[in-house]
Amino acid sequence: MTIVFYIAALVAVISTAMVITRLNAVHALLYMVVSLLSVAVIFFILGAAFVAALEVIVYAGAIMVLFVFVVMMLNLGPASAEQESRWLSPAGWIGPGILSAILIIELVYILFTNARQDILTQSVAPRQVGIALYGPYILGVELAAILLMAGIVGAYHLGRYKNVFLHRYLHKELQ
Amino acid sequence: MNTVPMESGLVLAGILFILGFIGVLVRRNIVFILLSLEVMLNAAGLAFIFAGSRWVQADGQVMFIFILAMAAAEVSVGLALILQIFRDFKTLDADAANNMRG
Repeated sequence: MTIVFYIAALVAVISTAMVITRLNAVHALLYMVVSLLSVAVIFFILGAAFVAALEVIVYAGAIMVLFVFVVMMLNLGPASAEQESRWLSPAGWIGPGILSAILIIELVYILFTNARQDILTQSVAPRQVGIALYGPYILGVELAAILLMAGIVGAYHLGRYKNVFLHRYLHKELQ
Repeated sequence: MNTVPMESGLVLAGILFILGFIGVLVRRNIVFILLSLEVMLNAAGLAFIFAGSRWVQADGQVMFIFILAMAAAEVSVGLALILQIFRDFKTLDADAANNMRG
């Protein structure tokens, strides 16, 4: 089990180092997804399966897709078409593909050998997490709800298009 | 039962946090700065999960869920700010926005 952890940790460090050194934003996002997946494998090894699922669904699924969406939105102009063809070349996805293949081999190894028993004996079940979340931590849950509401309102306020008022008859929309 | 040693887990969280910190300091593209912030938050969550797994308590996972909610709110506001900066300055360079108006 320890060697599985060290391989996943190596994948996490390599992919995170690739994230902060890429020049192309989409390549960096691909490596970031691999980094989050390797951290999820580490969570699974540690017996926190519920949080590993949350990491994949919320972090790699929702937040990274938001990043990809904004990067695609910013990438306007004639240069984007040839960039599109360059993204489809193997140089862009072969590195994240190899690292993800290592992670899925580890996951299959854990699931289909008796290494799984080690995890199950020391795991913290989602039931305990839920009881703690809605028992002693109920104030934190409410604060998180208020924070998410503030995030929604702030994002709406900042993302709005503003009209610039030049003259009574001259309405020019900025961008 | 051979478990993962606590020290190596904390070292891994520290390495990931430092990588994200280097990214924040070195990169000037504002999308990469936000991405490096995500790396740092994720490393902090990793440390929490390690501590929760060491003492087999649910508190570490609860803290990670709070970090997850905070990261989601932070990313939505940060990406809206990036769109605003791109609309105003026509660039993603963080140094383009170093003047205050006031």
